Amino acid sequence: MSRKIPEKEYEKTVSFRLKQWLDGTKDPFVDTVEMKPQEEFLEDDNTVIKRNKERRQRLERVYDLANNWEVSGFQKLYKVFCAVFCLFLVAMLLIAVSYLPSYGHAENPVNNEVAGRYIEKGLQETGAVNIVTGMILDYRAFDTLGESHVLFIATCTVLILLRKDKKKDENGKDIEVSDRIYEPKNDLILQTAARVLVPPIIIFGVYVILGGHLGPGGGFSGGAIIGAGLILYLNAFGFQKTERFFTGKTYKILSVCALGCYCLAKSYSFYTGANHIESMIPLGTPGAILSSGLILILNICVGIVVAGTMYTFYVMFRKGGY
Amino acid sequence: MAFVQNFPFISILLSLFAGPISSVLDGKWAKRLNLFVITVIGAMSAAVLAFVIGTGQEYIFTMGHFPAPWGNEIRVGILEAAMAVFFCVIMFLCVIGGVLEREAEIEETKQNLYYIMVNLLLCSLLALIYTNDLFTAYVFVEINTISACGLIMIRQTGRTFEAATRYMIMSLLGSGLLLLGICFLYSLTGHLLMSNIKEQAAVLQASGQYHIPLLVAICLMSVGIAIKSALYPFHTWLPDAYGYSTLSSAAILSSLVSKGYIFLLVKIFYRVIGFDIIRESKVINILFVFGVAGMIMGSVNAIRENDINRMIAYSSVAQIGYIYMGFGLGTTAGMIASIYHIVSHAATKSLLFVAASGITDASGKSRDFFDLTGAGYRNKLAGAAFTVGSLSMVGFPMFSGFISKLLFAQAAMGNKHKVMITMIALAISVILNAVYFMKTVIRIYTPEKREVIMDKGFEEINAWEQPAKSTALICFIALNLFLGLLSEPVIGLIQHGLEMFD
Repeated sequence: MSRKIPEKEYEKTVSFRLKQWLDGTKDPFVDTVEMKPQEEFLEDDNTVIKRNKERRQRLERVYDLANNWEVSGFQKLYKVFCAVFCLFLVAMLLIAVSYLPSYGHAENPVNNEVAGRYIEKGLQETGAVNIVTGMILDYRAFDTLGESHVLFIATCTVLILLRKDKKKDENGKDIEVSDRIYEPKNDLILQTAARVLVPPIIIFGVYVILGGHLGPGGGFSGGAIIGAGLILYLNAFGFQKTERFFTGKTYKILSVCALGCYCLAKSYSFYTGANHIESMIPLGTPGAILSSGLILILNICVGIVVAGTMYTFYVMFRKGGY
Repeated sequence: MAFVQNFPFISILLSLFAGPISSVLDGKWAKRLNLFVITVIGAMSAAVLAFVIGTGQEYIFTMGHFPAPWGNEIRVGILEAAMAVFFCVIMFLCVIGGVLEREAEIEETKQNLYYIMVNLLLCSLLALIYTNDLFTAYVFVEINTISACGLIMIRQTGRTFEAATRYMIMSLLGSGLLLLGICFLYSLTGHLLMSNIKEQAAVLQASGQYHIPLLVAICLMSVGIAIKSALYPFHTWLPDAYGYSTLSSAAILSSLVSKGYIFLLVKIFYRVIGFDIIRESKVINILFVFGVAGMIMGSVNAIRENDINRMIAYSSVAQIGYIYMGFGLGTTAGMIASIYHIVSHAATKSLLFVAASGITDASGKSRDFFDLTGAGYRNKLAGAAFTVGSLSMVGFPMFSGFISKLLFAQAAMGNKHKVMITMIALAISVILNAVYFMKTVIRIYTPEKREVIMDKGFEEINAWEQPAKSTALICFIALNLFLGLLSEPVIGLIQHGLEMFD
């Protein structure tokens, strides 16, 4: 049974709006989405010419190109040198590689007792089902300790280079404002996609980190996934939203805690190992989530450092501060 | 196991952890932490040195619960411990010597980042010294490279950015070649541990198997490290990197970073491949040729330079040339001379950088050669220190440079094919050194007219005004005199250490 409703009320219903959209009489995105296209980076010809001229003059002044026959001569021969050097290197390496032991042969020197023990006793000695994780975080943990500090120091170098500690840039513009010129503002499509995608991405990253000792995965890959998720969230919702939970200070504290935890955990195991003291840390049942001794904790530490590094790199290259 | 034996591992982890900690501290506390860490590590390394000399035997420290070919390990001998002590001393003096410049040239908020770099640099140097595993060495070479880049560009000017970019490109090329070399070695021997590679390499050499890849691996590693330590044709990154970075960076880079790499090369020669195989491979002849070329060309470039910091930087090219020439002689005596020169050059070059900054301070921060006239009278301590450094570089008796040149000359007698070239190169190089260093010393002690000083507004600087820098200078002078006058025990240590390497 149908009933009659007034036209005013009918205009509020979903079916009316659907009909309107199908007819094309009203676009639902008008007035709700900012339709401004992204501003292109435009530079008029004069500034380009001026910039190039300044650059040339600067080079000439710094290197004194008029009188410096070494540099000017080298610049002329540069391409020749490049070609000769590359050809030489390629030829030398190709020849050398052809003399190396053939790939995958059972008699090769690399198939020795070192790899043998990793494969045969890895599970029993480290408790990690994933032998690669057992190798990098238990057998050769010192290398990985250095490697995670490589990431940390790389972030610090980027901070030195790109962090703007003044809130205004040299033209007197606020850095937040000048960041917004070239970036999309509240893009609904991006925001909707991000709302759907970011939680699974981050959860997947956490899964990869936590399952690092049980299957393919680990701190480096999982951290990279989480970092990618954070970058997507930042692109969709802007700095104001992300800075509620992730600022430069958060990064500092997280990385200090993670690296400190890593250092302490490994100091303990290095110390006990070298002094032949029995380690207090149980290996647990292989295959269980809480197993394989310190590996799980180390994976989490590495994951935090990697995620923070990825996100900080992105923020520094985009805005220069957070 | 005695508790002292844990010290190398504790010092590596202490400096490693001091890096992240500095990132949450402000500049002032980061500096204090850094100086504290360097002091503690220096003291611990001295204790280790005393212990190793006492027992007369090197020892292995397992990093973890798994013994060597499976896990990581570090190895401590006399040479390693002595180098660690020495590097700590030099680094401490460089950090306190450049404190004024650093605080003026680096942004307030980025001060603590500087100390992160210094801490991790120290950590990587210690790890390079102690490690017994080739791949661990590579990981810490990475840290070393990145932190050196940070040290260059933290003084943010156009020239330092350019210098840092150039340094990074060249240095990464070097790292890449080193890594390729390590990969080759791994696929030939199946090991990453130094002692095991050496055993396997001896077997390969005896059977004549894989001769070409082994040779290529040696070449790749030697060239990679030569690029990173600025051997002559690969030196183009050096003058800008040393000349324009802030004072303590320049001093640390010239005296420690390049020396760390060279020490790694010594370890590769002795502990990874075996010196006999290296000698037979003729790779050292190439290093010898480039070393000799560097000795001459570095000095020639320095003579043409009018900027005092760049002049000192070019002089490093010449001194690195000496070190590689010593390797090229292919004798143990040559190796001892080279290692002594590493020590002597590190002590002298950092002295020269700090002294040069004192001289330029007294000349209104101008580094132009002609503005330095009479600067030795305006800043007496820096003038005296610069004179000491110059005399040492030229090879004046009493100072460390003399001993190393003497050792090089003696070592040359042991190789009858290369003795003539070495002697001639040494003679030419000493004369060229004298030309530019004595020229500068005479310039800074030529009295300048009073009107000119008033006109340009040069100030006199009293040693008491800058206590940190003065202390550093006095310690550097003392170190130089010590190395020059009491060289016997140092040479003895190096000799014992090298014997332990086999």
